[in-house]
Amino acid sequence: MSASTAPAPTEQVSAPPPTELSADGQRRTLLGSTLQSVLAVVTALLLGGLLVAVTDEKVRHTAGYFFARPGDTFAAMWRAASSAYVAMFHGAVYNPSGAGLSGKLYPLTETLTVATPLILAGLGVALAFRAGLFNIGAQGQILVGATLAAWVGFSWHLPAGVHLLAVLAAGALGGAVWGGIVGLLKARTGAHEVILTIMLNYVALNLVAWLLTLPGFQREGSSNPISPAVDENAMFPKLLGEHFRLHWGFVVAVLATVAVAWLLNRSTVGFELRAVGANPRAARTAGISVTRGFVVVMLLAGMLAGLAGTAQISGTEHSLTSGVAASFGFDAITVALLGRSTPWGTFFAGILYGAFRAGGVTMQSMTGTNIDIVLVVQSLIVLFVALPPLLTLATRRRRIQEVAA
Amino acid sequence: MSSALTTPAPRPQRRDTVPETELATAAANRAVGVRTLRPALGLGVLALLALLVFALGASGQAVQFRLSEDDDAVRLPDLCVPSAPWGWFVAVALAALAVWAAVRARKLPRWAAVLAGFLFVTGFLVWVVATARTPSLSVTALLAGSVALATPLVFGSLGGLLCERSGVVNIAIEAQLLFGAFAAAVAGTLAGSAWVGLLAAVLGSVLVSAVLALFAIRFRVNQVIVGVVLNVLVSGLTGFLFATVLEPNAAVFNAPERLPLVRIPLLAEIPVIGPVLFDQSVIGYLMYLAVAVVWFALYRTRWGLRTRAVGEHPKAADTLGVSVNALRVRNVLLGGAVAGIGGAFYTLVSVSAFTRDMTAGAGYIALAALIFGRWNPVGALLASLLFGFASNLESILSFLGTPVPSQFLAMLPYVVTILAVAGLVGRSRGPAASGEPYTKE
Repeated sequence: MSASTAPAPTEQVSAPPPTELSADGQRRTLLGSTLQSVLAVVTALLLGGLLVAVTDEKVRHTAGYFFARPGDTFAAMWRAASSAYVAMFHGAVYNPSGAGLSGKLYPLTETLTVATPLILAGLGVALAFRAGLFNIGAQGQILVGATLAAWVGFSWHLPAGVHLLAVLAAGALGGAVWGGIVGLLKARTGAHEVILTIMLNYVALNLVAWLLTLPGFQREGSSNPISPAVDENAMFPKLLGEHFRLHWGFVVAVLATVAVAWLLNRSTVGFELRAVGANPRAARTAGISVTRGFVVVMLLAGMLAGLAGTAQISGTEHSLTSGVAASFGFDAITVALLGRSTPWGTFFAGILYGAFRAGGVTMQSMTGTNIDIVLVVQSLIVLFVALPPLLTLATRRRRIQEVAA
Repeated sequence: MSSALTTPAPRPQRRDTVPETELATAAANRAVGVRTLRPALGLGVLALLALLVFALGASGQAVQFRLSEDDDAVRLPDLCVPSAPWGWFVAVALAALAVWAAVRARKLPRWAAVLAGFLFVTGFLVWVVATARTPSLSVTALLAGSVALATPLVFGSLGGLLCERSGVVNIAIEAQLLFGAFAAAVAGTLAGSAWVGLLAAVLGSVLVSAVLALFAIRFRVNQVIVGVVLNVLVSGLTGFLFATVLEPNAAVFNAPERLPLVRIPLLAEIPVIGPVLFDQSVIGYLMYLAVAVVWFALYRTRWGLRTRAVGEHPKAADTLGVSVNALRVRNVLLGGAVAGIGGAFYTLVSVSAFTRDMTAGAGYIALAALIFGRWNPVGALLASLLFGFASNLESILSFLGTPVPSQFLAMLPYVVTILAVAGLVGRSRGPAASGEPYTKE
């Protein structure tokens, strides 16, 4: 604990390493952490299912005569929860009633489509975590990135290829500016990044709402706050043909994951960022500029979130609204946490949450289960991932087995 | 030993980003009150803004402030303020303050800061209303609406304050308000009594606090993470239950009766102040009581001393025999109870039904108020009132039809909070040990 070991408060350097969610100080093995994540997902799904079952209309009906025929209640509960999850699976992975193989696998491509902004923004949050910063501001960074990307997309008219690159650069720039403000203010004034990012999210939201009332941004002939659609050239080409929404933004997300993995694990900048995150005082003693690290990491984190905004504009939405970021920025935090702030962990966590989202839409239309259950499951997963007892329980059992063997 | 703790020692600095030498000079500056031109600069910027916008940009219309309505017992004449002269007055007065501050070259005394703020706000108000199609404004409605909008913010920021002063960061104010509102609506309807609803709001919000305490203090999970996740969890849970249970059976679960409005005789007849302060719901009166009680408890009781000690330097408090984590758990639960009352305001006072995400980010504004009010109960009250004023003005102005985009008023709480934490408007520093779990060695 930095609080208890700091010799004097004036020298106190905050930022506990957030890669370790809990401060119990034990090194977690890869197997242990994966096991913990799997356990967390299973437990959260079980609890979510229980919630669906308990609130189901038919279950409440059968519970009326619970003591006469308790079996009915349990059967109804099982039906309610399982049908919701089956519908979710059909919407997220494989739809057996789809036409042909492409129809059957359509849901999987939907999952990857939804996962794209989640992965990109999640990487931004994860990168900042690794440098010891809580980037709660992915939402605002996505919005500003999307705004700039949309503006370049609909007001510039460039040839194919160049336009898309310009839009990508604009999105990255917008996010980087919004993230960079945080890094700069933290480095220059010591203001806490959690507060800065939360406040900047709302500033961005209002800024976009205001921009969408301006003649230059509002779609002609529309009184709704929506921008014109971006040029054809500014859109990501479809990855698997016109029948699927999946676009080249997903490839950008994969490349970004590779890039962040390289940056963190193989580059000097990444080493310095991790050093700043692990122990800022030691990093400073070793000659690493902590303040520069803050600025650099927030620029990069904002850039990644800005790319997520671009993926929304060029990939799926094609025009700017104040809801363009949905809640991706907040989901990105949970994605990064579930992925334990590693690039590939974040990648797969992004796909999992993308599956929840894509499946949740199908579930709501098929079984009438409200999609908010997805939020419950997602947040429970993060809570359980952070919960040490689950891990101790699992590892203790493993140790016992090892001893027995 | 403990008496040494009563005088607030110079706060331990957490400027982890600033080189030590600068830190030392900054501390030295504070100690001797060295000359600084910062306040003068800030006032100068305000004066310039006032000159450019309020004075030179005045529309020339006179603004009519209605101090009483036709059916009031005591009638006051309307207050007519010509916009251009008032803009000039504000600009000149602020410039004079700036010159005075430049000559004095020291930290601004509190009255001067309040005066400058008041001048600027009135200057803005006169300027903006004068640009409206109908430049007439009911002062009573303006203030009463502000107080109403500020009420949940005050409770939210007081709840956050109780957590943060003892060293636990509370990002989950939004979750506490939302769950309080939900619990109040459901329990209030089921029991058929608004008072039961109020109690349920407190208990529901304490439940959220209990989860926060369990994870943040017992398991030492990072406090910011727990807070963020709790916000998502409560939003999802209440949204799901609302759509699945509340909406289809609204009469059974989601039609609480409202808390009664209490009109204090005679006092409520005072023009302007009467309807604003003495004609409110029970929660409105509780608000003033809560601010006073928290202030007194924090600065004048043993519990308050210990709370502040634990929040600033838990190890020192522990050495003196204070049980750090037990006190933190108690304060987090207590903070939840206070925030819960604010949550009840949504479903028992302002409207009588729960809707999905009805707090709409008020928890984050409450957090902003807590920070802008410098972690002080009175400061939190004033900041909440300012933010309530801003959001009430936003809706009134869109009604009056002024060219000022409402989004900028909506942005105001967040922008001033950024300026405050960045030290551009005063300097806002949290309790030193806030956010750091404590382990006894």
